[in-house]
Amino acid sequence: MAMIKKLSVWIAFLLVMLALPQFSDSILSVSIYNQMAIAIIFALSYNMLLGQGGMLSFGHAVYFGLGGFLAVHTLIMMEFETVYFSIIWIPLVGGLFGLLAAIFIGSFSTHKAGTVFAMISLGIGELIAASSLIFVGFFGGEAGVSGDRTFGPPLFGVEFFQDVEIYYVAAVWVFIATVFMYLFTQTPAGRMANAVRDNPERAEFIGYSARRVRFISFCASGLFAGIAGGLFALNYEFITEENLNAATSGRVLLMAYIGGLGYFIGPILGAVILTLMNSLLSNYSDLWMLYLGIMFLLTVLFLPRGFAGFIMMHQVAWLKGSLKNLALPYLITCIPAILFLVGAIGMLEMSHSEDAIFHFLGMELDTSSTITWLAAIIFTLGSLFATSKSLPQLRDAWEEANTIPEVVKEDES
Amino acid sequence: MLEVFIFATLNGLVTGLLLFMLASGLTLIFSMMGVLNFAHASFYMLGAYFAYSISLQFGFWLGLIFAPLIVGCLGAAVERYGLRRVHESGHVAELVFTFGLAFLIEEAIQFFWGPDTKNYQSPDILDFPLFTLFGQEFSAYRGFMIGVSVLIFIGLFRVLTRSRIGIIIQAAITHPNTVANLGHNVPLIFMGVFGVGTALAGLAGVIAGPVLTTFPGMAIVLGSIVFVIVVIGGLGSLAGAFIASLLIGLLQSYAIASDVGMPDLLNFLGVSFERDHPLNDLWTMTLPQIAPILPFLLLVLVLIFRPTGLMGNREE
Repeated sequence: MAMIKKLSVWIAFLLVMLALPQFSDSILSVSIYNQMAIAIIFALSYNMLLGQGGMLSFGHAVYFGLGGFLAVHTLIMMEFETVYFSIIWIPLVGGLFGLLAAIFIGSFSTHKAGTVFAMISLGIGELIAASSLIFVGFFGGEAGVSGDRTFGPPLFGVEFFQDVEIYYVAAVWVFIATVFMYLFTQTPAGRMANAVRDNPERAEFIGYSARRVRFISFCASGLFAGIAGGLFALNYEFITEENLNAATSGRVLLMAYIGGLGYFIGPILGAVILTLMNSLLSNYSDLWMLYLGIMFLLTVLFLPRGFAGFIMMHQVAWLKGSLKNLALPYLITCIPAILFLVGAIGMLEMSHSEDAIFHFLGMELDTSSTITWLAAIIFTLGSLFATSKSLPQLRDAWEEANTIPEVVKEDES
Repeated sequence: MLEVFIFATLNGLVTGLLLFMLASGLTLIFSMMGVLNFAHASFYMLGAYFAYSISLQFGFWLGLIFAPLIVGCLGAAVERYGLRRVHESGHVAELVFTFGLAFLIEEAIQFFWGPDTKNYQSPDILDFPLFTLFGQEFSAYRGFMIGVSVLIFIGLFRVLTRSRIGIIIQAAITHPNTVANLGHNVPLIFMGVFGVGTALAGLAGVIAGPVLTTFPGMAIVLGSIVFVIVVIGGLGSLAGAFIASLLIGLLQSYAIASDVGMPDLLNFLGVSFERDHPLNDLWTMTLPQIAPILPFLLLVLVLIFRPTGLMGNREE
């Protein structure tokens, strides 16, 4: 029964992904789907390191980027007919190169976890990013390298001219990669990775080399990062230094962390949320990176287990059947909180706007008038005050919903 | 040849001492709280921007005094209301928090000051050549930078080793519980050290802003190098940070000033390659070209062969 339940989750995951273009297949949405697919694999591979292996990396984009570069070079080779195979295998090419790079770099960087590992990864990330501007032959300098995915043999008559065709390839790769990464967590290697993360000393005492365990996780993570890089190359048909520098490494850390490190589904959530924010918010506001930064800090401060952790917090209440008692208290807190957000965002946008009249939620605000500002400040502070006043009732409801009745406790003992 | 060498040394000294101002705060904070502050260079950038805004109204000298103070207060607030809270979630969360803070500060600076480079000027009084050597001028402002850095270095050393508060700080690094039992407010000391560390970074920003240009990317340019220094010098070692700062400053300065490269080495060895050799980029590499990656190369080598750094004795 549990088996069927698990299987049905996976099948639903695959079906949702394959059905996405049926809902909307405009160029914008397909481009968002593709970005999501790439981000999901990349974020999951990062979680293999940080979430499951306890290795904080500041240079994970290296494996993504190297895989992507080799994938683009393979596309170029196809153009000159040096190699000839269906382009659906391109992500695997990227993955194998990512694996190769991870084997080489992991052989010396996985001695220790913690700060030493973080610093080595930072150093190597900077080293590779800087040398990509020196070795122009492979990395193409600032312009990067570009290829053309339509030179490979057609697959069932599909020649991959359109992005939506790539999306189906990407969806299948996401599914395969996710399944394998999930299965990895269930293998002894994956379990030992957790043990080494939590207490390397104990793991060594029962006869496992902490370094070897880390090395295996590291290589697997490099493989999947490379697959994501290969998908990137297939989707955009070009890749530049930007895709392996510190900014990309930082972005994947943001995704995994906001989503929730401790849970397998966390990075998937993070990848979806951040990609959506990236593509939708950036159309409306120049300030979206600022909002992202604020959101990230708030997540670290108040939701240390990320969004997935926030959802999982409700498990007890759900099992107890008291989740519905929380709905009203949540609503009471959410309304002023959303009003506060609207006020704060409005004020930020107003001060950033260069026009005299600022259009916000159907209102026309005069950015130079003191009255507008005063009203905005009162509105924002008022809703903040209301939010803080509404917190105690939420806390009480939370306590109530999560208290396990005495009877159940006796049952357990 | 000699003039190139002398000027490279002087420039390396300026950079090295500047780097030390950042590295000293970072390494102090690390030895106290065991957290590598990713946002340290962002406080340096904040220092430059605050000083720029103050200098527009009140001139350079008031900026030199007040900008580091503001940055220090901000830093103390970050420790009090941010880091202390995250501390419960463990080391990784702390690192990630400072990483996010660096990200946020960069965005906030673009929000308040805009994405363009600011015309932050050094004061007119220091706008003369300090001395002329082989027909090249060495500006008084660079001399002033060296002076301030050396003063800070001496001051920091004296405070830490000779004053009562310095002794308490040193004790709090190794035995925080004992120090707390003796009646000292250890969290307050932590906050103070964080504030002073960030204020030092701010001061470095104030004096570096006019020379290294004040723009929103200035934290990234210097940030990772400061990390390299702290790690190479040995985490938590002030003396190590000093040596590593000068080492990196001079190394980069010499590499940029030199004009040797792989072609010279190959000539010396009597080897030659065709122009269309696949590794052509490697055979034509020059030392000035790879100057930016030298610190990172050094970092990786040090971490592999001596993970504790040059002067560090902290085993994880």
